Amino acid sequence: MCDSFWSRFLGSRFPAAAVFPAAAVLAAGLWLAAAPIAGQNRAYQTPRTPAGEPDLNGIWQAVNTANYDLEPHAARPAMAVRNGPAGPVPAASVVALGAVGAVPAGLGVVQGGGIPYQPWAAARKAENAKDWLTRDPEIKCYLPGVPRATYMPYPFQIVQSGDVILIAYEYASATRTIYMNDTSESPIDSWMGHSTGRWDGDTLVVESSGFNDQTWFDRAGNFHSEALRVVERFTRTSADALWYEATIEDAKVFTRPWTIAMPIYRRLDKDMQLLEFKCVEFVEELMYGHLRASAN
Amino acid sequence: MVRPAAILTLVLLATAAAAGQPARTADGQADLQGVWINASVTSLERPADLAGKEFFSTAEEARAWEEKALKNLIAEGDEAFAESGTVAPTLRTSIIVAPADGRIPYSAEGRKRWDATPTVTRTNPTTGPEDRPLSERCIVWGEGPPLLPRRNNPYLRIAQAPGHVVILTEMIHHARIVPLDDRPHIDARIRQWVGDSRGRWDGDTLVVDTTNFSDKVAFRGSTDALHVVERFTRVDGNRLRYQFTIEDPGAFTQPWSGETYFERTDARMFEYACHEGNRSMELILTGGQAEQATLRRRKLSRIGIAGGAVLALAALGYAVRRRRSAAAEKIS
Repeated sequence: MCDSFWSRFLGSRFPAAAVFPAAAVLAAGLWLAAAPIAGQNRAYQTPRTPAGEPDLNGIWQAVNTANYDLEPHAARPAMAVRNGPAGPVPAASVVALGAVGAVPAGLGVVQGGGIPYQPWAAARKAENAKDWLTRDPEIKCYLPGVPRATYMPYPFQIVQSGDVILIAYEYASATRTIYMNDTSESPIDSWMGHSTGRWDGDTLVVESSGFNDQTWFDRAGNFHSEALRVVERFTRTSADALWYEATIEDAKVFTRPWTIAMPIYRRLDKDMQLLEFKCVEFVEELMYGHLRASAN
Repeated sequence: MVRPAAILTLVLLATAAAAGQPARTADGQADLQGVWINASVTSLERPADLAGKEFFSTAEEARAWEEKALKNLIAEGDEAFAESGTVAPTLRTSIIVAPADGRIPYSAEGRKRWDATPTVTRTNPTTGPEDRPLSERCIVWGEGPPLLPRRNNPYLRIAQAPGHVVILTEMIHHARIVPLDDRPHIDARIRQWVGDSRGRWDGDTLVVDTTNFSDKVAFRGSTDALHVVERFTRVDGNRLRYQFTIEDPGAFTQPWSGETYFERTDARMFEYACHEGNRSMELILTGGQAEQATLRRRKLSRIGIAGGAVLALAALGYAVRRRRSAAAEKIS
């Protein structure tokens, strides 16, 4: 009889009749809590740092085409195109790149439909896409902003260090300092913004503001104003994956806040480390080549 | 939520502080975390007027030197940026501690390379960005290693996580991530502006070994054989002793070492978006073009003058010959 099992386990203070429904409710609650939500495995026990925080330390990288275009898109011949006799062909300035310059397809990372631009902003986005070669800040090796830094095709490293969490991005040596348990506002606008963080259970929540209006979200011309606020959520879902969400709010550009979401993976390469991608040197010819003087 | 491990950490920190032990991170490293100011009024090499004097004799003499240096800095028009720092508590008169003369032991080759390296104070002709110093190009600007004291934006943050130490310099937003395991340096074919760093703890001193530099760094004439060893020691709550040794047989006749102190600050670091705001480069290059055009015009006018002189002489010669032959005809 199970009576004896529960009695042995809990002692004689709880009659079996009361224990059974309670256990059932508890089990149901645990099952609900453990149910996967939006690709997250809630049952995963996030390891702790020696300081007792959920451990997000490590080198991570997104594996998707969000940096080409946050929205669903088919493959296409190039980022910069012109009209050919039977549809778009690569623009003259990028035609030599062939398949290397083509755009890989993507399922899209925007949750619940498209990006809710205000009408003027939708027009501006279309112009940005058309003038991508001259407008995308990535082409000039400018700091990438947030959240774009996260899903560029370069690794980044999270370093949890006491009252701050650093994120170092390989692209352009961009960095962010996330001030934990601090609600200060940015004293000045910047490319990478001002970030404060807190733990929501095992999820790192980072709120960022104080941005300038110079960065983009992708190569498709998706953009924002200096009113941008980003709330990011980093959640470990397994030993080697994070679930990443970023909610974007900018009342000057969008009709409502909208969210992107994607998995981010640990770089498992042996002795993995960030290498240098100091691209300023690589764009000098593009930006200053026309100002070279012939020496006498 | 406060976790038991965090409470334990706090208790351990409090105990360590009480015992005069250096504070430790949760995983037991000596705690170097925080923002530090790397400024010093002391120059890398011993100035000529202090030759033979390794230390100031008294603290008063050092203070007088600081005042003089600050006045010079303001006279240079740098007051807004002047974070001149102080003379180190050791009263040393140069950052360099070895060799004893406080001077960089350049080899002839190293001196030649250094003299050919663009700096902000050298007026070399500019035909492209490569003729300008790396700082003006916003490629690297004091990230080190070595971390030499700076007069402007001398801030750096040290962050520590298990297995890694990070040295984040405000200039130019570079995070040097130093693994603390015993992995080897990256392949010798990979060359970087800030090299490739590996760290270990020698007691409570962090020792960082850096190789794999690009020869384009040209740190005081360095080659790709540059090897830097740094030692970070927290001497008290507010000061960190920073020591470095430089080796490069391609540029120096012997290894040389330096020492300075970082000061703890509660100030925050800001984003130094150097390249993004680099309007100067276009102006500098436009100036360079104008300079080259002027030089070309001068050259042309020199050619013109020389050419004119040659023609005038030729004409004179012709006229003289004509006159002589005319005279000869008359005589005959």
